[in-house]
Amino acid sequence: MSSTFETIANIIAETCDIPRDSITPESHAINDLGIDSLDFLDIAFAIDKAFGIKLPLEKWTQEVNDGKATTEQYFVLKNLSARIDELVAAKGA
Amino acid sequence: MRIEYFQLIDRIVDLNLADRKISSEALVPTASTIFKGHFPGYPLMPGVLLIEAMAQTSGWLVVAMNRFQRMPFLAAVKEAKLRTFVKPGQLLSIDARLEHDGSGYSIVEAKIRAERKLICDATLTLRVLDFPNVEMEREMRDRAATIGLTVEAPADG
Repeated sequence: MSSTFETIANIIAETCDIPRDSITPESHAINDLGIDSLDFLDIAFAIDKAFGIKLPLEKWTQEVNDGKATTEQYFVLKNLSARIDELVAAKGA
Repeated sequence: MRIEYFQLIDRIVDLNLADRKISSEALVPTASTIFKGHFPGYPLMPGVLLIEAMAQTSGWLVVAMNRFQRMPFLAAVKEAKLRTFVKPGQLLSIDARLEHDGSGYSIVEAKIRAERKLICDATLTLRVLDFPNVEMEREMRDRAATIGLTVEAPADG
């Protein structure tokens, strides 16, 4: 998880011009870092490229809107890292 | 090109879904009210409309890729470079290539050439959403047929 977190923290810092040392595994991308949906598309693109996956943003958003998941499950960075690790593992399976 | 109707693409000249590329043509009109202001005595195709022409071509590519199931909307323009002036009467060749098909968005690289000379280029982000209503979907299909964009129905119906 740590290397995945480092990668996405660096992506967020570079894409959104956020100081790297203010980004922690506990950071919520929206609530704590103030990343809006358009900026998150840039982050998703960079993550998709870096990990060779396709973040299911629409599925996650739908789950949150339907009350089946919380934003913390997908947008707190330690949880986002875990979701990315799962997607990478599923790709290689 | 019907600038006042925001219909900037005249025809699709090539569509290659396997390579995720499209090419279109657009003839800048010799006269338009837009040229009265841009600029008085020196008519030029506005750069924002060149970007729009790239966005429309990119949009048709995304519509074709998803076989009219969803609608792209311009969300971001990056690294846009307007390299030279475009004058009334010039024929534009517009190429777009899908760089990335994300979840609910697409990234497209687009270029415009005139007489093989590169006019402008940009990286565009398009949000890809469900059609807001059936009227828009129908209008898009009609417009696509007018400009020669035909896509077979998906294999599963």
